[in-house]
Amino acid sequence: MRTICLLIGLTLAAPALADEDAIMLKDAPGKNLVEENCAACHSLDYVQMNSPFLDQKKWEATVKKMIDRMGALIDPKDAEQIVEYLAKNYGS
Amino acid sequence: MISRRQILKGAGSGALVLGTTALGAGLTLGRRSWAANAPVSPGVPDGTAASATLEALPGKKPLIKLSYRPPNYETPLEYFQDVLTPNDAFFVRYHLSDIPEVDAATWKLSVGGDAAATPAEYTLDDLKKNFEQVEIVAVNQCSGNRRGLSNPHVQGVEWGYGAMGNARWKGVRLKDLLEKSGIKKEAIEVAYNGADAGVTDKTPDFIKSIPAWRALDDSTMVVWEMNGAPLPHWNGFPVRLIVPGWTGTYWMKHLVSIDVRTQPQGGFWMNPAYRLPKGKFALVDRFVSQETDTNTPITEMVVNSLITNMGNGAKVQTGQPVEVKGLAWDGGNGIQMVEVSVDGGQNWRTADLGEDLGRFSFRPWSFRFAPATGAQSVMVKATSRIGASQPMEAIFNGAGYHHNAVQTIAITAG
Repeated sequence: MRTICLLIGLTLAAPALADEDAIMLKDAPGKNLVEENCAACHSLDYVQMNSPFLDQKKWEATVKKMIDRMGALIDPKDAEQIVEYLAKNYGS
Repeated sequence: MISRRQILKGAGSGALVLGTTALGAGLTLGRRSWAANAPVSPGVPDGTAASATLEALPGKKPLIKLSYRPPNYETPLEYFQDVLTPNDAFFVRYHLSDIPEVDAATWKLSVGGDAAATPAEYTLDDLKKNFEQVEIVAVNQCSGNRRGLSNPHVQGVEWGYGAMGNARWKGVRLKDLLEKSGIKKEAIEVAYNGADAGVTDKTPDFIKSIPAWRALDDSTMVVWEMNGAPLPHWNGFPVRLIVPGWTGTYWMKHLVSIDVRTQPQGGFWMNPAYRLPKGKFALVDRFVSQETDTNTPITEMVVNSLITNMGNGAKVQTGQPVEVKGLAWDGGNGIQMVEVSVDGGQNWRTADLGEDLGRFSFRPWSFRFAPATGAQSVMVKATSRIGASQPMEAIFNGAGYHHNAVQTIAITAG
């Protein structure tokens, strides 16, 4: 079903859903990596919603889960910086 | 070069555009104009309260948006005034972001598997013509409803009180489809898949299973109608599976295939997802073929209740009788009793129970009292027909499931 959806999406993609684009994560080093990697699969309000109660270790586990379990294609070096950004800006 | 993100976002908006056309609804509700108004439940994480907005998906009323993609939208308290939850206010919960608009005219349901003697394929017309149509009123509640109130907070979609709804569902019994396909005695589980998918091929597809005995229960149904209307797109159009009494994770939306199995279903969404530590909750239904030494799949809902006509911080008049109203429900035994305390839990008095739409339905209740001047608390506690009741504090578990702590609201009379 995914292929069909993608094809439909590509032909009618013009009016982007403005609402998701309005999500503003905190400006800090690593933000671009979060936007490029995490937003491939989910909107970035997931980050805001799950804050500020996860510590460094739990953010690390979360990113690891996304890679190992959910199939996120994140470069290990990028993953480190993503964890750093999340823990610093959306951590406990 | 077009990035993966652009492609995927395009796919998402494409689906929404189709939805808008089909349903005649607008996408004009701006995020900012509603941003301050999202009525989140008291106790959700600060980041949730700050990022949640009140917004409408195509065909839906403005609901509490917790995440855009995949879409997770919670029903505000105001829509729980009636025993049946309106379709256009019914909560929306997805795990995966690629959600196709399924065409009912070409939709097909396949039934097969190594424990089905005669595989079959059905159109919607086939289902309607060839099987007995039945209706049932049942609560659909997310396993993680009230996760946002977990103490300490745990990761996930940070739902408040509204990841649930009650509807009259119409369709056919799953049992009848399974019998038509000659379910073998070796069948231990019935698995099923919906049309939604992840955005990469590596994302585990959302496939769920239930024990064969639960699949053969009269209440487990394949439905196309909700409260007298076709299922809304966001609630599984054209056809979904319902498992009354059990949590929403088993209620597959956009159902496309049924797999009758002699072996347990694997995959992320069966294990490690949707698991409870063994022995922590006093539940009756077991899912033995999936149990491990330490954990078990979530099964039926725990008994629960909610005050619906007033929220925390409500102001009432002294000297006037106040009527508190709400809903109670459980995992299919039915509600025996609802009690209310207006003195911080020292004394409990019985509320009046309202219309009984069956053991899987919300049960409305009401309670009248004359408040003393000043601040006081109102608490509610339901008891099921098997004597299960609500704890004062939620039973902590890492995934934040089964939150059914007694609800307390602070009100002021003056």
